[in-house]
Amino acid sequence: MSIELRVNGATHRVETDPQCSLLAVLRDDLGLTAAKYGCGEGACGARTVLLDGKPIRSCSTRVSVAAGHAITTLEGLESAGKLHPVQQAFIDAGAMQCGYCISGMIMSSVALLKTNPHPSDAEIIRAMDGNVCRCGTHPKILAAIRAAGGAR
Amino acid sequence: MNEFENDALVLEPERYELHNTNSAYRFDVGRRGFMGSFAGGILILVAGKGTAQERPQQNVAQGESGAGRRGGGNAAPRDVGAWLHIGEDGAVTVYTGKVEIGQGIRTSLAQVVAEELHAPLAQIKMVMGDTDLVPYDAGTFGSQTTPTMAPRLRKAAAAAREMLLDLAAEQLKADRTHLVAEEGRVSAGELGSRSFGQLTKGQKLVKQIADDVPTTPATAWKVEGKPAPKVGGREIVTGKHEYTPDVKRPGMLYGKILRPATFGAAAVSIDTSEAAKIRGVTVVRDGDFCGVTAPSDWIASKALAAIKAEWKTPADAVSTKVSSKDVFEYLKNAPANGGGGGGGYGGGNNNKGSMTDGLAAAKEKLQRSYTVAYIAHSPLEPRCALAEWSSDGKLTVWTGTQRPFGVKSELAQAFRIPEDHVHVIMPDMGSAYGGKHTGEAAIEAARLAKQTGKPVRVFWTREEEMTWAYFRPAGLIEVSSGVAADGTVTAWEFHNYLSGASAIAPVYPFPNTHIQFHNVASPLKPGSYRGLAATANHFAREVHMDELAESVKMDPLAFRLKNLPAGESQDRLRAVFETAAKKFGWGHSKPAADHGFGIAGGFEKGSYVACCAEVAIDRAAAKVKIVRVVTAFECGAIINPDQLKNQTEGAVIQGIGGALYEAIDFAGGKIVNPRFSRYRLPRFSDVPVLETVLIDRKDLASAGAGETPIVGLAPALSNAIFNATGVRLRNMPMAPGGAIPELKKA
Ligand code: FES
Repeated sequence: MSIELRVNGATHRVETDPQCSLLAVLRDDLGLTAAKYGCGEGACGARTVLLDGKPIRSCSTRVSVAAGHAITTLEGLESAGKLHPVQQAFIDAGAMQCGYCISGMIMSSVALLKTNPHPSDAEIIRAMDGNVCRCGTHPKILAAIRAAGGAR
Repeated sequence: MNEFENDALVLEPERYELHNTNSAYRFDVGRRGFMGSFAGGILILVAGKGTAQERPQQNVAQGESGAGRRGGGNAAPRDVGAWLHIGEDGAVTVYTGKVEIGQGIRTSLAQVVAEELHAPLAQIKMVMGDTDLVPYDAGTFGSQTTPTMAPRLRKAAAAAREMLLDLAAEQLKADRTHLVAEEGRVSAGELGSRSFGQLTKGQKLVKQIADDVPTTPATAWKVEGKPAPKVGGREIVTGKHEYTPDVKRPGMLYGKILRPATFGAAAVSIDTSEAAKIRGVTVVRDGDFCGVTAPSDWIASKALAAIKAEWKTPADAVSTKVSSKDVFEYLKNAPANGGGGGGGYGGGNNNKGSMTDGLAAAKEKLQRSYTVAYIAHSPLEPRCALAEWSSDGKLTVWTGTQRPFGVKSELAQAFRIPEDHVHVIMPDMGSAYGGKHTGEAAIEAARLAKQTGKPVRVFWTREEEMTWAYFRPAGLIEVSSGVAADGTVTAWEFHNYLSGASAIAPVYPFPNTHIQFHNVASPLKPGSYRGLAATANHFAREVHMDELAESVKMDPLAFRLKNLPAGESQDRLRAVFETAAKKFGWGHSKPAADHGFGIAGGFEKGSYVACCAEVAIDRAAAKVKIVRVVTAFECGAIINPDQLKNQTEGAVIQGIGGALYEAIDFAGGKIVNPRFSRYRLPRFSDVPVLETVLIDRKDLASAGAGETPIVGLAPALSNAIFNATGVRLRNMPMAPGGAIPELKKA
């Protein structure tokens, strides 16, 4: 069936099974590959995207559920060649090793800072605990979020 | 002996991936064919063999993580290990078979080149792991990039700089001794200056350099020894970097593979008729292989689910009979599997002095067993490959692997085609930790692509990755020892069953030892893992050292130092122990109630580590929280301190998983917990305060650092938990499912 999706401010019409995951549609149909497959059950956070500003696991979200809502992916953060402050904070803190988790980390951070612009460490840890980084970049990711929080 | 034979000198038996048969075909294009593709500028070829001091001696003795067989058929001459090209536009391009998997070598190797070439970092481009473009390389493992590839590139860059100085002297008619190379230009004072591009314009110079090119000592480094931002960082934070699963080709199909119900199961019947009816689906059967392709991943999954298969599980196989519950009993009683351990610890002739004399001299004697469970690497990017055949029978595969040339050989062999028909491209990967030495997904994708005539991507699910890849092997370690009243260890007997021989030999020069690795058949497919068996062997050794210290009522640190008399290796280990202890404040304060302090350390792959840990125990819940970990690490001269800190802290955090939580449960030939919701990985809330001291030994060659920092954490935690509770934990993971079973009982 045909579904209309609003992603990063643009409207797309896709032919897909409504049961299909939002992630598969974003990655395979729309070519927005920043959100990653990591576990397929919402337990790693690699495919975090924003639905009306709230973080969701696009792997365990059916595409039909997302129709009509504003979806933001990592690709939608940069504007006019300028990085989002959270993206910039991750670069400045050197908060990445292999980088595979970073898309989800940035999206979860953006969502956190939107509702809580100056989170404490405990609040950051609580908000980010669903995001796995296998490379153990946690200390630098924390530093990046702290810096982005302070910068607001 | 050349470098590559050297790489494969000692094979550790847990690395099943090494026992794959060799490729049937070997072709060399040779020097002439290769040179034909060189257009202009300066080309420096670097020999493949490293100098003796570049390779930490222990590496040769103990083998390296996943050293592989040599694939042939590369388009470069065999004796070349890397090359560096300066184009007529001044662009510097470095070609190496090493790959970027998150450890940061795309950045640190560029730093090495920038240092010697006197060019800005941004002017240097690294071409890595593309088998059509780069010289053969056995693979990226065993912490070998820094000790072997970095010195080679350093020499190549130094030689290139000297050639540029020659050109400048000639072109500027200047005295060569007055020339200065800086920031990609050579200047001759009043006589003017030229950029590298201007200098190389119209040139076609090729030089093969020998080993003796002088390079800048670490004490004079300007670019190396300093942090540099990760190359490609912007692509990562914007999502533009394409990992293998992000690569798309026109007309690409999505592939899924039918997996047996259990390990080793044979198909009794496979009915694909329902799957084949689904629009757009192609079913591919070939012997044991059965897979489907479809225009979307979703449809491919549906098609796979529509296949009806019946399987027969081999009743006698060790994979069927042994479960995670009884694996250690099995290991103890299993017959030897033949084959020696790495480092010569498998034969039984590993005696020093006399155990009888050593035990006779002891005041206290101790016999203990330690275990480690099977664990899964769980790189966040599971195995993935995209395969495409051209009309003339050539195969191109994008895949995440630590061994692009190894995968190339596997493909050539699987499809019985010459190696020069296979092109493997390795996009910078969502990591591996020793878990991606093999090309399973590449072969599967290529098989499906061959049948359908379209590019096919096979992207393993997490469940597949945690079932059909390979595991860090389980192990049983038995230690029997004796200690004199003054704390000198007099006897040391150490038996490792299955897990491996890496770091099985202590740095402590115990006078009487018997050390043996017992290779037995593994119920699950075993393979390399960050640090290999060094984690298991350090866990047993350093917990046992604590037990011995306790038996003679000595402080754990003083006890270790007592057993480290002067000597090169002992001095370096003592230095990390003392550094970590000082930073931690060891001996200066007592832990709070229900808190404990622990220390452990060791040596592997040319580098030294010591960890001090503080834990807090929740007795009611039998839970442990790591409060603080201080790590001291020394790996010779530091090339990029930021990146080294990332690697060190990353290893410590990864080590938390294996130490406390991670264990693969299996029974009846199946993995019981092949998903993240049932396999606990370290998360933000598990990460303690980390303090890391990096000891920069500019007088020593740089060793690799990707693995060794993982080995100290688990024993330091066990020792800290003992300090807090008086309960000794000898099994990894120590808190499976979150709680410590021994504390629940206590
Ligand atoms: S940087 Fe590799 S998973 Fe986070």
